[in-house]
Amino acid sequence: MNETSRDAFDQALDTRIIRGRSLYVDAWHRLLKNRAAVAALFVLGLMVALVIIGPMLSQWDHEIPDWDNYSTPPSLETGHLFGTDALGRDLFVRTLVGGQISLLVGLVATLVSLIIGISYGAVAGYFGGRVDNLMMRAVDAIYAMPFMFFVILLMVIFGRNIFLIFVAIGAINWLDMARIVRGQTLSLKNKDFVEAARACGATEMQIIRRHIVPNLLGVVIVYVTLTIPQVILVESFLSFLGLGVQEPLTSWGALVNEGAQELETAPWSLFFPAGFLAATLFAFNFLGDGLRDALDPKDRL
Amino acid sequence: MLNYSLKRLASAIPTLLLLITFAFFLIRIAPGGPFDAERALPPEIEANLAAKYHLDEPLVFQYARYLWQIARLDFGPSFHYLDWTVNDLIAQGAPVSFTLGAIALVLALLIGIPIGAWAALRQNRPADYAAMSVAMIGISIPNFVVAPLLILLFAITLGWLPAGGWEFTPSRMVLPVITLALPMIAYIARITRASMIEVLHSSFIRTARAKGMPEKTVLLDHALKPALLPVISYLGPAAAAILTGSVVVERIFTIPGIGSYFVQGALNRDYTLVMGVVILYGILIILFNFLVDLLYAWLDPRIRYDDPEVAS
Repeated sequence: MNETSRDAFDQALDTRIIRGRSLYVDAWHRLLKNRAAVAALFVLGLMVALVIIGPMLSQWDHEIPDWDNYSTPPSLETGHLFGTDALGRDLFVRTLVGGQISLLVGLVATLVSLIIGISYGAVAGYFGGRVDNLMMRAVDAIYAMPFMFFVILLMVIFGRNIFLIFVAIGAINWLDMARIVRGQTLSLKNKDFVEAARACGATEMQIIRRHIVPNLLGVVIVYVTLTIPQVILVESFLSFLGLGVQEPLTSWGALVNEGAQELETAPWSLFFPAGFLAATLFAFNFLGDGLRDALDPKDRL
Repeated sequence: MLNYSLKRLASAIPTLLLLITFAFFLIRIAPGGPFDAERALPPEIEANLAAKYHLDEPLVFQYARYLWQIARLDFGPSFHYLDWTVNDLIAQGAPVSFTLGAIALVLALLIGIPIGAWAALRQNRPADYAAMSVAMIGISIPNFVVAPLLILLFAITLGWLPAGGWEFTPSRMVLPVITLALPMIAYIARITRASMIEVLHSSFIRTARAKGMPEKTVLLDHALKPALLPVISYLGPAAAAILTGSVVVERIFTIPGIGSYFVQGALNRDYTLVMGVVILYGILIILFNFLVDLLYAWLDPRIRYDDPEVAS
């Protein structure tokens, strides 16, 4: 077959190909049909926008007290939409700045656990055999460790540095990711379509890029969506104990802690940060559930 | 079964040793020591204290000494609570944490499983959506938010229950137990629902129904048992965590359990107390994971740990 006729053949073939919907386009359509997931997506988008833009628009600063208003309830007159705390700082701005930190910790720590988990799991799954056995035994052993205790220890020992929070929380969360990725890789590499690709002469790299990674992605996306709220929760838990983010920075956990102490006199200082925290966790969890339903073809009924 | 149990017990020792080693050196490299005070102690006294607690020896010697000590089940003296040994402190705090944790655990099982099973039978109907949305709320609202809200409602506004403090009376236990149980109820309900749905779609349920078995027998005798497997595996680590006391709950309700020892111990550099709590927790995790595996074999007769044909 000479060059021109081959091109013509390819062209003819091309026009007849119906553009197939990829797994992800398909999943996206299914996700959009899930009203709870769409609502969650909307809430999260709104939350991110509010947290980033809100503090810029407000006339108040998260550090500087308003000397005329200590522990005042929410009111339009004073301009403190969520009221002020015991030191006279505007709670609207503090809640949003706290949200920046909480969301940032959620994203970065999840990223850390993702990187460790995927590389560990993929290596174990792909090489299999003795390497896999050894690596997974190690994971099992680490699994039996009281991780919350180690995070607390780390925070107490090495000061309450925000970067340490990222690393410490990321370091506790990678085990699940590693297990999931390893299991997926292990089952994928023996699938018939990988065999078929190999028979067609695809290189190892092409197989990984075209067949393994895209099929891993679904599980990873779902897992990430469900890990972020967990991480946010761990960070707020640490901050609640006074071990997390330190003044003048704040996070939702730290704000809830302050609010809980002034519960009787200033309940609004608990309600707003707690509400934002719960709404965010709620939305992430719902989105994760929706994504799992959308991406897992097994449950397609 | 005995053979398997012994094997598991043997494999627990290196895990525990790893845990002890890691925790021991982690807390020792922390800056500051147990006897740091606002006013610096005279060097002679400091030297005496260090000598008494063997802190002047090389770390490896201290480590060996500590291992020998805990091999005899002696966790040593507390560095902060003078005249108290860690064994005493744990003996005092453990009954409180265990009681609260055990009640919450039983409560969570008794409420969570029926809700999950009930929702599974109404899959994708309004009742199912309602139950699962409530469960999602239970998971999304952290316990350090739930606890202050409960106090605000039941202690401050209604005045029915005390806001904190501790004695072995029901009125003091209600709020902490609810706080501990709520997220567990939510988790258990979700897990039960998911696995129940899967089991109800399986062929042995179809066979049971085809045989004309009463629906009640199908559900209770055939479906529920395998559906409980994922609940059991969730329960292992959860039980270990809840029995060692929740740091948050004990702090909010000012309860003298072992959960509160840990953070305080770490802040005070109370080396022996921190180690004691970590080891207790590690033992409980290993123990409960073992129990989970035994329960698995009991719930699912296909799992046989000693059968050489299956094992190989």
